[in-house]
Amino acid sequence: MIRIANGQGFWGDSLEAPLEQIRRGPIDYLTLDYLAEITMSILQKQRSRDPHAGYARDFVDMIGRGARDIVERRIRIVANAGGVNPEACRDAVAKALNHPGVKIGVVSGDNIIDRLDDLIARGVPLKNLDTGEPLESVRSRVQSANVYFGAAAIAGALGTGAQIVITGRTTDTGLVLGPMIHEYKWKLDDWDKLAAGTIAGHTVECGAQCTGGNCQVDWQSIPNFADIGYPIVEAEPDGTFVITKHAGTGGRITVASIKEQLLYEMGDPDEYITPDCIADFTSIQLRQDGQNRVRFCGIKGKPATSMYKVSISYSAGFKAIGTLMYSWPDAYAKAQAADKTLRERLDRLGLRFDAIRTEFGGVNACHGQLAGEPAPGIAEVILRIGVRAGDRATVERFTKEIAPLALNGPPTVTGLGSGRPKVEEIVAYWPALLPKTEAAAQISVQET
Amino acid sequence: MPRVPLTKIAHARSGDKGDTANVGLIALKPEYYPILAEHVTAERVKKHFDGICLGKVERFELPNLGALNFLLHESLDGGGTLSLKADAQGKTYSAALLRMEIDVDSLPG
Repeated sequence: MIRIANGQGFWGDSLEAPLEQIRRGPIDYLTLDYLAEITMSILQKQRSRDPHAGYARDFVDMIGRGARDIVERRIRIVANAGGVNPEACRDAVAKALNHPGVKIGVVSGDNIIDRLDDLIARGVPLKNLDTGEPLESVRSRVQSANVYFGAAAIAGALGTGAQIVITGRTTDTGLVLGPMIHEYKWKLDDWDKLAAGTIAGHTVECGAQCTGGNCQVDWQSIPNFADIGYPIVEAEPDGTFVITKHAGTGGRITVASIKEQLLYEMGDPDEYITPDCIADFTSIQLRQDGQNRVRFCGIKGKPATSMYKVSISYSAGFKAIGTLMYSWPDAYAKAQAADKTLRERLDRLGLRFDAIRTEFGGVNACHGQLAGEPAPGIAEVILRIGVRAGDRATVERFTKEIAPLALNGPPTVTGLGSGRPKVEEIVAYWPALLPKTEAAAQISVQET
Repeated sequence: MPRVPLTKIAHARSGDKGDTANVGLIALKPEYYPILAEHVTAERVKKHFDGICLGKVERFELPNLGALNFLLHESLDGGGTLSLKADAQGKTYSAALLRMEIDVDSLPG
């Protein structure tokens, strides 16, 4: 049995969790996912300003803080922290480790931004999976383009003896399946086992969201959120596994908490498509296997498709969101009057937006009309109004119309503490498919 | 005919894929799953999310988990970074679905 720990649910999650996973009990592998769908565009911009940037700095800090345990206990680490510059990430990690004789592997080849025109010219349209539009229509605004590699490349890098594997764009599930393929020499067409490892990866990829975090069942009785344990997969050679956490940590792992996470971001449950296989979530059998332990078995898989998914980001205009808080009495009526006033002023200024949206926090921001009318004596209501437009100046002008309402609109208003809302560039996500023959993962390894 | 709020017989979790929200609805006891499967249809969910879900609703069954998965298309104001919604990822739609009440003949167990 090998123990594969998840160190964080996303880039921005607890900085302490990966170190706790290392220090509070036995693990063989630590996996960390850093790359949300639009993270690549931010990293691509960083790299264009500085050739040594473009990867997850937080990962390097974590390695530095955990170096001693990582080296002494030979904990293997797999992270897609490389972003758009995995080699620079490797060099920074080597420095942070400050210890000779550690092999660091790099998986690259996912970055296809310089190949887009060639691909389009050769008849690969990179059509948007949701809308069917060809990439040509936003080509000039593309900021990043990366292939999602799977577990095979990670297993390959582990096979070179690398203790730490740093990748560019890889799937979250591949970070967990890769070590299983490597340790148990699973064949890359053993679909049931690959599906099992994929489902293990899906279960733990959101960190504490499977160990009691964000869990609706008896949430008030879930112990010690402050010290919540992050998940660990105890993987067996036959493809069965247990999800658990370190003894003494907070949170709760039950069949219910696991089911919630299994359904998170789920599409068609028969067809969970990854580069490695197609996993069938309707085949999963779960059972409680002691306190804070859930056992998975029976998982079935199908052959992988002939395509890689590609994650492309492109600039799609600008947006800003402003908020104001109105107090009792008549809090909701005041917020509604302020919204009407603001919209009239924006009209008078001749501003044209692609979208303008008002929500009332405390009334309908989460559940819309399903929430019904608020109580007449509601203590306060937050007016939240956002706009979207193709040009920055229009959105900029909007941000200057929020603050005046504090003095020249409905009464008892506050909440302007942080000043004018910020204009944000919208970096939108363009999912597409690429034939697997068009991209190959490259593996390299270096010793510190 | 008792009217049962879904909060009594189910729990849920929701997330996003672009402009589509997914809501997983899970029976609190195995014997509640057939009730969910009978009453919480795609049509019923589409009607429930009137004004929120602007596209179609798809339903998938996971009897092994006692669960249904709903895809609510065009529900997140464009989704991702485009969205101007406070809940741009539909994280609270799980609770929104649990606001539904269904009329059942009797409740087992």
